[in-house]
Amino acid sequence: MSLSRRILLALAAPVVALVVALAMSSVVLVLSGSNPLEAFADMIGHASRLETMVDILNRATPIYIAGVAVAIGFRMNLFNIGVEGQYLLAALVAAHVGALVDLPGPLRIVFILVVAMAVGAAYSGFAGVLKVTRGISEVISTIMLNAIAITGLIAFLIREWQAGGAIQGGVGRVGTTPIPDSGLIPNMNPVLEFFTREIRQGKQLTGVLVVAILVGIVYHLLVNRTRFGFDLRASGINPFAAQVGGVPAKRMVVSAMVLSGAVAGLVGMTEINQVGFFPANPIKGLGFTGIAAALLGRNHPAGIILAALIFSFLDISSGVLQFTGAASREIVVIMQGVIILAAVVAYEVASRARERQEAKSAAEALGDVKPSEEAA
Amino acid sequence: MATAIELSGITKRFPGVVANDQVNLTVEEGEIHAICGENGAGKSTLMKILYGMQQADSGTMKVHGREVRFVSPTEAIAAGIGMVHQHFMLADQLTVLENVILGAEPTKALGRIDFEAAREHLREVGQAYGLTIDPNDLIEELEVGERQRVEIIKVLYRGAKILILDEPTAVLVPQEVEELFRNMRGLKEDGATILFIDHKLDEVLAIADTITVLRDGKTVATVKPNEVTAHDLAELMVGSELPTPETTESTVTDQVALDVESVTVLDEDERVLVDDVTFRIRRGEVVGIAGVEGNGQAELVDAILGTRPVHRGSIKLMGEDVTLLPVRARRERGIGYIPQDRHREGLLLTAPLWENAALGHQTQEPFVNGIFIDRAGSKERTEHIRKEFDVRTPNVDVHAHALSGGNQQKLIVGREMTADPIVLLAAHPTRGIDVGAQAEVWDDIKLARSKGMATLLISADLDELIGLSDTIVVMLRGGLVATLDPAKLSPRELGAYMTGAKEGAA
Amino acid sequence: MNWEKLPAWLRWALYAAVGVFVLTVVQDFDETGSLTAAGSSQSMLRWAVPILLAGLGGLFSERAGVVNIGLEGMMILGTWFGAWGAVVYGPWWGIVLGMAAGAVGGLLHAIATVTFGVDHVISGVAINILAPGITRFLSSEVLTTLPGGSITQSPRVPGVGTFTLPILGGGSIGSWQTPDFFGWLAGREIFLISDIASIAKGLVTRISWVSLIALLLVPFTAWLLWRTRFGLRLRICGERPQAGEAQGINVYRFKYIGVVISGALSGLGGAFIASPELSGIYLEGQTTGRGFIGLAALIFGNWRPVGVLGGALLFGYPFGIGLRDLDGSASHSLILVNAIGLAAVAIWAATRGKRVDAVLALVLGLAAAAWYLTSDTLPDVWINILPFVIVLIVLVFFAQRLRAPAADGLRYRKGEN
Repeated sequence: MSLSRRILLALAAPVVALVVALAMSSVVLVLSGSNPLEAFADMIGHASRLETMVDILNRATPIYIAGVAVAIGFRMNLFNIGVEGQYLLAALVAAHVGALVDLPGPLRIVFILVVAMAVGAAYSGFAGVLKVTRGISEVISTIMLNAIAITGLIAFLIREWQAGGAIQGGVGRVGTTPIPDSGLIPNMNPVLEFFTREIRQGKQLTGVLVVAILVGIVYHLLVNRTRFGFDLRASGINPFAAQVGGVPAKRMVVSAMVLSGAVAGLVGMTEINQVGFFPANPIKGLGFTGIAAALLGRNHPAGIILAALIFSFLDISSGVLQFTGAASREIVVIMQGVIILAAVVAYEVASRARERQEAKSAAEALGDVKPSEEAA
Repeated sequence: MATAIELSGITKRFPGVVANDQVNLTVEEGEIHAICGENGAGKSTLMKILYGMQQADSGTMKVHGREVRFVSPTEAIAAGIGMVHQHFMLADQLTVLENVILGAEPTKALGRIDFEAAREHLREVGQAYGLTIDPNDLIEELEVGERQRVEIIKVLYRGAKILILDEPTAVLVPQEVEELFRNMRGLKEDGATILFIDHKLDEVLAIADTITVLRDGKTVATVKPNEVTAHDLAELMVGSELPTPETTESTVTDQVALDVESVTVLDEDERVLVDDVTFRIRRGEVVGIAGVEGNGQAELVDAILGTRPVHRGSIKLMGEDVTLLPVRARRERGIGYIPQDRHREGLLLTAPLWENAALGHQTQEPFVNGIFIDRAGSKERTEHIRKEFDVRTPNVDVHAHALSGGNQQKLIVGREMTADPIVLLAAHPTRGIDVGAQAEVWDDIKLARSKGMATLLISADLDELIGLSDTIVVMLRGGLVATLDPAKLSPRELGAYMTGAKEGAA
Repeated sequence: MNWEKLPAWLRWALYAAVGVFVLTVVQDFDETGSLTAAGSSQSMLRWAVPILLAGLGGLFSERAGVVNIGLEGMMILGTWFGAWGAVVYGPWWGIVLGMAAGAVGGLLHAIATVTFGVDHVISGVAINILAPGITRFLSSEVLTTLPGGSITQSPRVPGVGTFTLPILGGGSIGSWQTPDFFGWLAGREIFLISDIASIAKGLVTRISWVSLIALLLVPFTAWLLWRTRFGLRLRICGERPQAGEAQGINVYRFKYIGVVISGALSGLGGAFIASPELSGIYLEGQTTGRGFIGLAALIFGNWRPVGVLGGALLFGYPFGIGLRDLDGSASHSLILVNAIGLAAVAIWAATRGKRVDAVLALVLGLAAAAWYLTSDTLPDVWINILPFVIVLIVLVFFAQRLRAPAADGLRYRKGEN
């Protein structure tokens, strides 16, 4: 199969998914008496403003990191549904500990990142250990661990660790002890402004974007280029073959869960670095959007970028609908759901088409089937 | 005699393959009709079409002279056709009764199953067939031979008059085959028509009334057994004589490569799977393990490979104790492995060939470079395997599932042989591949043996086992019960040891 | 006597008796009145019903070979449509619409997994993401137009009503107020007997008709799946679909039926959550993972109806206790119950030579006991997670003894082996 054909097939599925999502949400909008074209135009118009773009990038950053965390599991056929609980717990602990230790700026930044990764890794690794030692599916255990983390541990710890919080945008917010500014990753406004114009409304492009890019690069190299990545992917495609091929199955499960959790620990860093502490009411749901991004992006480091941008765009730009009144902004939540469902169906259809195509071209290349026979 | 089945011009295509190409077949009522052909000749596809599990692209089918179109097995069953599949269609967790009545359940009001009537009918059918199995047993508790009988009863329960048996002898030892044949003759006397697939020619000649040979999806000939010899049949099947595995002179040295000492393997519930097994393989030697499937051979191989823990005993490779080493360390020390199920244990079907060639050797040259996979080196090695072992593929980037079974097997054999293993564990190395590929695999093993490789061979094909091995040991219920010299051994005799009818060293 | 040979209901009844005994002892020891109070068992039942319905839903789906992690999403659809239907058309319509909405969710899952062969867990998660999206959109379009409704909640939801069993629970027949047998027995303060009567009283007093339906579904499901032709055919799809196909059974159809039923039952569970029995209002996010707990009950119950009921009651109990336990003292007693349970597990494991399990259970049990001794009440955050912790602990010790249908979660395509 030629390269162009391959790319075409690879892109066909997500494009179909987006079109289906657009069509379905249009139908819903028409039924509810709104004009879909107007709504979409409002959203796109809003998104083309630089300030909105900054917001979109700021939201896409944690979604991307969460997507990679989920994708690491997926490459090994592990479903880490627990990214949600892992990132919230990691961010809380990291923010709290990071504010209390006394370290010079850059070291504090690194310290916070490391603590976050360690907490995420430990919490996720626990699910891995349960799987290999007690045979509990990680799907079930991470769901339970999510509930335990969010409604239990975090609710408890935030009460224990609550400090005065800080004043932000004139509004006092409660949360953990604020981290000194020197311990926060600086924003990237200068870089963006160098290419564009001055960013207004006090918007700040998050510096965690750099972390996300690094995560993407390391993910690509680790999974696609290293021996460890080979073992990981082999276990994902066929655990039995991997095992007789010398891959230590149990250790791989725990390693993959630990890695996935470590990356998940970084998801909350965007918010921590933006507000300077872990707020009592943090942004939730990024772990689940991460699952969506990994699915739509097919676990591909670049694919997840596109997916994260799409989901972030829907999230952020729909805010404008409240003001223009073209439609209910909640329509995007439906769109996100439809995109995922349509994407996984489309990928399944595409991969089946690809399999058939490959079997045929392999047979043809060998002359097993003469074209005349095929035609008969 | 009337015609039971008449197929004409049946054609069936799959992506890239024509499985059946204008096949014609006529089966008389009350005869035992054998369909012969090598793997990939299209026998199973043809039977699935006849049973309604697949639909032909073109051609017509007549049953008892009436033209039929089956879109599902329901119509075939209604027309009095029943099929026993090569892979048994039984649910392990359900009872014999539930498995038998499935799809033909006698019911009372509200769709309640009339278990009493079902049990009664099952008893009648079982008695007529000369067989009694407790209908409340779970399938998982039954032996292979018993499961096959359940399958046949299942067909008879529905009152089928035309029976299709897909390679029924593949899982049986010679003694069980004889019993099956006795039963088949009994069914024939009761008026049944039997179509059966087989590629063991002596068996075909012994039981069939008529033989139809398929080759490359086409009907090549229909003959009577008294008109042909095994040689003729082979000629019809593959266009040349069937290859037989025969080792040349012994290359056995006195250097012990693999030393298995009193190895015992238990399962999770502490049941004994492998019972105090001791044997040695020297360099240049092939030791064959004979045994009915499920007697511990697979678990013994797992233990040597390292995927199953050894509870007692030791395994030494070239004098080094490897009993506690993980799989990877053992493979790096020179254990090669050809798994019995290539799709389950041998391949990454949705990964390119070059990654498949690296599997199991990904920690060794030329596949690795530091912590990174050496893609160039891997591809080069794969190209080498492709040429040396005649793997037919357009390139080494296609996914493994695109290859035919024979080519997949050659890739696995090539992968393991190219690594120059000290000990090769070969489980059913030629199962399900065509005769050409089969002969090549045999040659590869023989060549490596002459260079000093020690081989542990497991095979259900007794001819293969006798032909390739220097020594044969027999496994029964987890233990070694006999050590035999293949030069003085017939398959029948070997079968007697395998079922426990004969004991001790020959 | 062979324990495993006993009928399932008898075995579970014995488990329950032992459980009540432990509760009674702890209650007397701890001088907290509510562990075996009628109000507690009543509240346990209410909390168990949605879990039971989700679990039975999962049973239909997984017995047909389709893993359904989308139960949660289907339940969410059930809460919204149940509430909306009850508010607009009346309580029984709420039940019907809640079930229908869940069934549509199930249909979606069936289309993705059965027809298109999508991974079951992925499709389920997608539905769990889609469902709250749909309900939120509908809330913004519909609930906001109702008096008393907003984007996150509905007006008050009317219920289908309750009844009390005559004679046993003191319900009335016509105008005759029958005696209250269990109530009388509970009042006699006889050790254990009165406690059992008290618990039984809670189970027969002011039960919702939906609870009754849910409970009756347990024997009905057992009968349907194990005694009828439909059941055998559905189960073969979860055990070995190819065997069904070879006998001319339309495997796709049975999988569809199983998954749609599973959606309808979770939808019913959702409608029940929104009904006055538990909330009396639709509130965004009010399922709080009970679809997942239903899945855990299914696993705990080893994919059998009576077992699912056992799991639902076990997981529903701490919720029910927690709800009525304003000072946290009853939940605090539950820690002691857990410690005793873990000690029992330790002994059980030790007698079977499972040393690791025994030590693990002992350590966890001692930790629970230490926690119990060093504290007086249980803060509400811990009450909220207690059921999840119990689920995890139960799985830690029993997951390996359980057996899912052989082909559960596997992709099936007609004509492929």
